[in-house]
Amino acid sequence: MTDFSEKYQRPIKMLVAMFLAGLLTAPLIIQRYTASGTFSPGKDSREFALEHFGFYLENVALASGLEFTHQSPRLDPKLQHILPQIASMGASVSIVDFNRDGWSDIYVTDSRYGTQNALYRNESDGTFRDVAAAMGVADVNRQGTGVSMGAVWGDYDNDGYEDIFLYKWGKPELFHNDGGSGFTSVTEQSELPRWVNANTAIWLDYNSDGYLDIFMGGYYPAKFDLWNLNTTRIMPESFEYAQNGGRNYLFENQGDGTFRELAGQVGLTSTRWTLAAGAADLQQDGYPELFLANDFGVDEFYANDQGERFREVGNEVKTGFTPKSGMNVTFGDIANQGLFAIYVTNITEEGVLMQGNNLWMPRQGNASMTYSNIAGQRGVELGGWSYGAQFGDLNNDGAVDLYVANGFISARKGTSYWYDYSKVTGGNSAIISDARNWPDMRGRSQSGYQRNRVWLNDGTGRFQEVAGYVGGNAIFDSRAVALGDLWNRGVLDVVVANQNDRLLVYKNTVSRGHHWIGFRLEGTRSNRSAVGATVTLHWDGKTQSQIVSGGIGYCSQNQRRVQFGLGDSEQVEQAVIHWPSGNRQQISRPEAGKVHLVREPQ
Amino acid sequence: MSSPETPVSQTDSAPETAKSVSFNKRLDFRYAPPVLITLILLAGHLSFGILASYRTVILAVGTSMITELVLARLVVGKWRNLSSAYITGISVSILIRSPMFWPYALCAMISIATKYVLRYRGRHLWNPSNFGVSWMLFTAPFSVAGLSIQWGNNLWPMLIIWPLGLVIVWRARRFHVTFTYIVSFIVLSGLRSVITGASFLAEVAPLTGPMYQLFVLFMITDPVTTVSSRKGRILVAFLIALVEFVLRLNEFIYAPFYALFLVGPVAMMIELRRKKPATA
Repeated sequence: MTDFSEKYQRPIKMLVAMFLAGLLTAPLIIQRYTASGTFSPGKDSREFALEHFGFYLENVALASGLEFTHQSPRLDPKLQHILPQIASMGASVSIVDFNRDGWSDIYVTDSRYGTQNALYRNESDGTFRDVAAAMGVADVNRQGTGVSMGAVWGDYDNDGYEDIFLYKWGKPELFHNDGGSGFTSVTEQSELPRWVNANTAIWLDYNSDGYLDIFMGGYYPAKFDLWNLNTTRIMPESFEYAQNGGRNYLFENQGDGTFRELAGQVGLTSTRWTLAAGAADLQQDGYPELFLANDFGVDEFYANDQGERFREVGNEVKTGFTPKSGMNVTFGDIANQGLFAIYVTNITEEGVLMQGNNLWMPRQGNASMTYSNIAGQRGVELGGWSYGAQFGDLNNDGAVDLYVANGFISARKGTSYWYDYSKVTGGNSAIISDARNWPDMRGRSQSGYQRNRVWLNDGTGRFQEVAGYVGGNAIFDSRAVALGDLWNRGVLDVVVANQNDRLLVYKNTVSRGHHWIGFRLEGTRSNRSAVGATVTLHWDGKTQSQIVSGGIGYCSQNQRRVQFGLGDSEQVEQAVIHWPSGNRQQISRPEAGKVHLVREPQ
Repeated sequence: MSSPETPVSQTDSAPETAKSVSFNKRLDFRYAPPVLITLILLAGHLSFGILASYRTVILAVGTSMITELVLARLVVGKWRNLSSAYITGISVSILIRSPMFWPYALCAMISIATKYVLRYRGRHLWNPSNFGVSWMLFTAPFSVAGLSIQWGNNLWPMLIIWPLGLVIVWRARRFHVTFTYIVSFIVLSGLRSVITGASFLAEVAPLTGPMYQLFVLFMITDPVTTVSSRKGRILVAFLIALVEFVLRLNEFIYAPFYALFLVGPVAMMIELRRKKPATA
């Protein structure tokens, strides 16, 4: 011991003890000063929200005639002890103008045998009417055919009307839109597989041939009919490294109303547990990349090699190494740079599982694009047990905001299945993969009663959680989120599909003086839906890009047209459109405050 | 997890170790656990991506070592060998999960600081990383969770880690501790299965995961924070399993850490009370 230590031993020991005491109390202090205060009942008034955040969300589902309650599937009795966990999906929503009347309609799915899906036609008077039965797209959950998990719309035959692809735990189905007056099932001639347990599908034109193709991702392997099981070994083999899920499908549109399945030929061979898919030309080479959010494992980034082959490059671009529980993927130009960040939701449960959501921001290197996860820095990391998420400028201030759905199983309050869940998922594959080994849920909740998040972008790509103030912070087991201008007012409304619960339709009120502009694209050389086109808007010294999507997010599809907030600016310098065909179109000084119909130049 | 923890002062040395192992062997063996845990870390990460990032490892290890250097110099008046701090840092970076950085630094600092403050008759009572990890899990659930990553949930990583780990444990003369704990855990899993109605495999499942591998191979065998007699260590290992059994019945997810946190220091205090006070 040195003289110094010896001489001052007592004060040094006291000092070190105080140091430790300070360290031990640090978590409590940090918690006190970092508590997010996401909900303040006294301040969630409309006026407060409009003044401080520029918008307010109000659920008007019932008043608008959108009375829909989702029902979860009932499955094989062998799964009864963990049924809430297995049957936790199927609530989906897509926004589409199926009859080309210029008003957005809504299609929602149900997931129990005998239930009916709903197609809410916009009556253009503020109300909606369910016309699914009359149109022939309601009775699709018949015994023996499986039940709906989601639907995406795309004009596969370029006749100007959006057709519907329905993916199920069962037989996928394709319905042709007969001029907006009805739908005809073309499932048989489309040569779709007999049975797929799918939880995601999107339209994309992967080879830019002018015809929309379909990607569909499997969740449970297709060999399992979840109502008639002869085994209980259906569960993921690992919580983080499972590769025993369903296979992928890529249905290439042959241009004659038929499709050819060639996932294996083009390199989409993985069998992970895919929950969401998104396509966009992230590498800016004219062909859409494919990003898959996978439950129980790493996400996958498939680079598109000139429309001929997909190559999984997750490790190369640094998005595909650390395994989490990917639930949703969506793209957004969060910092108005003309670059798309990739937002992937995962699971966060305090004290149990802190995966955090990912916000992958591209960085252009010398050789190639790589991504870094900046979710923590930008304030959008900790959601909950998150599912659907969508970017959209909710207050028309010129920066895209983020709505995130949360909540897994809201059963008996004050209970939790997490202990049993973590016990099994920590075990060997032989244990976890057999449903028999999973303890009985006995009516317990798991990450239930979680609030949805509304993250407001400050214009620089940093987000603030404001759901408690602006509305929209529902406490349901929310699944799918879709954004669209439901009442043609130049604002994005929010539709949330909840598992085993009612549909929420948030009508958005935006502060005066926040301007906007919209574009509805129609391809000619490109697919007519213009899926895959990118619109880049230049105004007031700002630049923002948006993608025309053929379905994005967990079991959801936003309105087809793209819509930009302009803040207090009423002047737009130009809009530049990159069509999937390779065409580049420039529109000078488009007028703000209206939706522009843009046809692709021949 | 710090096996074998380098003692803070000469009085920390486990007497049995000092008597029975030659200087050269001790020197060689002292670096075996850091090497093994580094190999586990690298193998786990390169094959399965068990780390959130390398930055958290660097942060935890760096903080741990700096804290050790400063406190050792300040309190003991010497520069210390840093292998123990290295293991503590690695353990922290593996065993806690947080999307933030501060928990890794804080946990590492707490772990090391306890060695210099929470002492009784010249010995520190808690396994440092067990204290740090337990404290963070208990007081900071808003930012911290335990290790959730499995190593593929396959058998082959276990076939490498278990034999290697058991060799280390055997060389440290703590095989009986690991053995007692495992047998106790399995038997008590059967009992829990009867009580809760859950399947035996579900109850025994955690033992097949990496958190337990680290726990039974490194943490409960720490020579510095285990009692000196063989019978005593066997009893303590059983008591840890028993307390964990009770905690598990009450659905504590991090039952093993809390069990060691509760049982380990009490056992040490009882032993130290029965012995002569250590000389300074």
